[in-house]
Amino acid sequence: MEIGGINLVILVASLMVAAVPILLAAIGELVVERAGVLNLGVEGMMIIGAIGGFITAVGTGSPFLGFLGGALAGAALSAVFALLTQVFLANQVATGLALTLFGLGVSSLAGQGYNGIKPPHTPDVPFGPLADLPVLGPILFSHDWVVYFSIAMVAAVWWVLRSTRAGLILRAVGESHDAAHALGYKVNRIRLMAILFGGAMAGMGGAYVSLVRVPQWVDGITAGAGWIALAIVVFASWKPWRALIGAYLFGGITQLQLSLQATGTAIPVEYLSMAPYLITILVLVIMSSSRGRAATGAPAALGQNFHASR
Amino acid sequence: MIRLEKRPTPSRFWLYATPIAAVLLTMVAGGLLFAAMGKNPFAVIKTIFWDPVFGEFAFYLRGQLLIKAGPLILIAIGLALGFRAGIWNIGAEGQYIIGAIVGAGVGLAFYPTENRLIFPAMILAGAFGGWLWGMIPAILKTYFNTSEILVSLMLVYVAETILAKAATGFLRNPDGAGFPGSRNFRNFEAASNPELIAGSGLHWGGVAALGVAVLAYILLTRHLLGFQIKLAGQAPRAARFHGVSPVRLVLLCMGISGALAGMAGLFEVTGPAGQITIDFNTGYGFTAIIVAFLGRLNPLGIVLAGLLMALTYVGGEMASTNLGLPAAAIQVFQGMLLFFLLAVDVLTNYRFRLGAGAPAKQGAK
Repeated sequence: MEIGGINLVILVASLMVAAVPILLAAIGELVVERAGVLNLGVEGMMIIGAIGGFITAVGTGSPFLGFLGGALAGAALSAVFALLTQVFLANQVATGLALTLFGLGVSSLAGQGYNGIKPPHTPDVPFGPLADLPVLGPILFSHDWVVYFSIAMVAAVWWVLRSTRAGLILRAVGESHDAAHALGYKVNRIRLMAILFGGAMAGMGGAYVSLVRVPQWVDGITAGAGWIALAIVVFASWKPWRALIGAYLFGGITQLQLSLQATGTAIPVEYLSMAPYLITILVLVIMSSSRGRAATGAPAALGQNFHASR
Repeated sequence: MIRLEKRPTPSRFWLYATPIAAVLLTMVAGGLLFAAMGKNPFAVIKTIFWDPVFGEFAFYLRGQLLIKAGPLILIAIGLALGFRAGIWNIGAEGQYIIGAIVGAGVGLAFYPTENRLIFPAMILAGAFGGWLWGMIPAILKTYFNTSEILVSLMLVYVAETILAKAATGFLRNPDGAGFPGSRNFRNFEAASNPELIAGSGLHWGGVAALGVAVLAYILLTRHLLGFQIKLAGQAPRAARFHGVSPVRLVLLCMGISGALAGMAGLFEVTGPAGQITIDFNTGYGFTAIIVAFLGRLNPLGIVLAGLLMALTYVGGEMASTNLGLPAAAIQVFQGMLLFFLLAVDVLTNYRFRLGAGAPAKQGAK
């Protein structure tokens, strides 16, 4: 199973890990956008989650509490977004950008003195003999719990959006807030819940970067992962399982690029490390070309604020 | 029960008052933050906002103010044109980097020729580089309807890798003993961008920023294109009936903002920075977004906002050396400013009313 010095089994197993941060952030943002809110602050919420989770995990010694702390930190920052866009009716694009700039600053301020510290290790889920199976073992049964949690979250979001009353209301709010309001649903309250969920997911994704992927604290640790998560939501046409595919494709590219750097190909390192961003652009172009807004599945009220004037 | 009521027309008073209110609120919240960090908030606020202009070292720091404000104003004016039309170029940082690389490349190609035309050619090349980098999201937007927000942002990361390659590879100083970084423009007179008046901090970038501000003001208030930009942002449907081509507007706005950011990069690399290094970009492209909003997307307002933001940079550095305030605290402070600005902006278009209030005019829509 080796191609050009790269072991395919290890590649698949490691891409599942590499994809976790963007998958968590993307599935959170997907719910937010399905509720008609465009929160461009994913990067800020992720990095706040990264430092929040790191501080909690180092302080308590528990990686589980670390992920919880990351989720809370992300949700707290998203609450600011919710306050500005839902109460003060601020422009969503500008507020999202502000969230990112603010989050980068706060994380760097809070992270002082945490450089060079190792966070507690997040162990793999013990599957016993299953983990020793050839091929399937490393791919399916040798990950930490967050990998499984992220996949479970995709399934949960898919089920809630498709088959529950709550999901139907959420989608109604995202497609036509006026109609939802006329039916008596609290548009801004529902959007607030969605925004907080998105913040918690992004925060947890960020915590995964600082606790498992890297694992230590460096300024600007998320390096654009939040923006890629936003692109993956577009790639996924706002559908949960496609977000999983998108995140895994992206994780695969990142991992492949790293393996190529390690095996020492003729392609210069700089060009390999810009590949993920270039491919994201390419994918965005393919997904959005020659199709109208309706065909791509974007929620009709995406990015529009709602003010109940009557 | 407090509720919001939409104003029939935006309040002129609050249009001008909101930036001031936002700055004051940021000072209060920032003071609380500094106090929580164990610093004397009054001393910090005074160091940031008072000392650079009137303090002991003001003769030096006032110059620093113009050095920082120049690129911020130049970039922010370009961004504001786009923001007004609902075109979100948030990758100015990338256009700034590419402008600097292309401009510096042209200059270095002539090394060591001394000719008066080299610097103007470099400015053009810088603007061209930024324009080119801005055209990528613009063309993808117009042909494939791709989000210019995401593409322009992704291109920042691509530009940063190109910058790393330039500093360590194709623009590296051949006489630099293998150290990363290009030749220093201070030693190459024809291509350098020195202070025009010693100690003032004013270099060609500052001059360009002020000139562009005036031009942009005329464009927005007196020219048909400015009217179309504003119309497209406020009433896209009306703009289409008026015959405004969205494609042309995207290409123009992204092109102008890219070219201005590229020029800012060129002025920076030949002047204050002096050479292409791996990390010569310091985030002006992102801070300029705050400047554009703080200046109410108005060119003259942006000049004031750019100076104020430069004050937080210069004062922040002072606070960091004198009072031990971490540099990141200033970043938080700038972020807060944008939050407060967006929050108080609600007063421009809405007013607060007490009481539940009768639903205004039943039946009338």
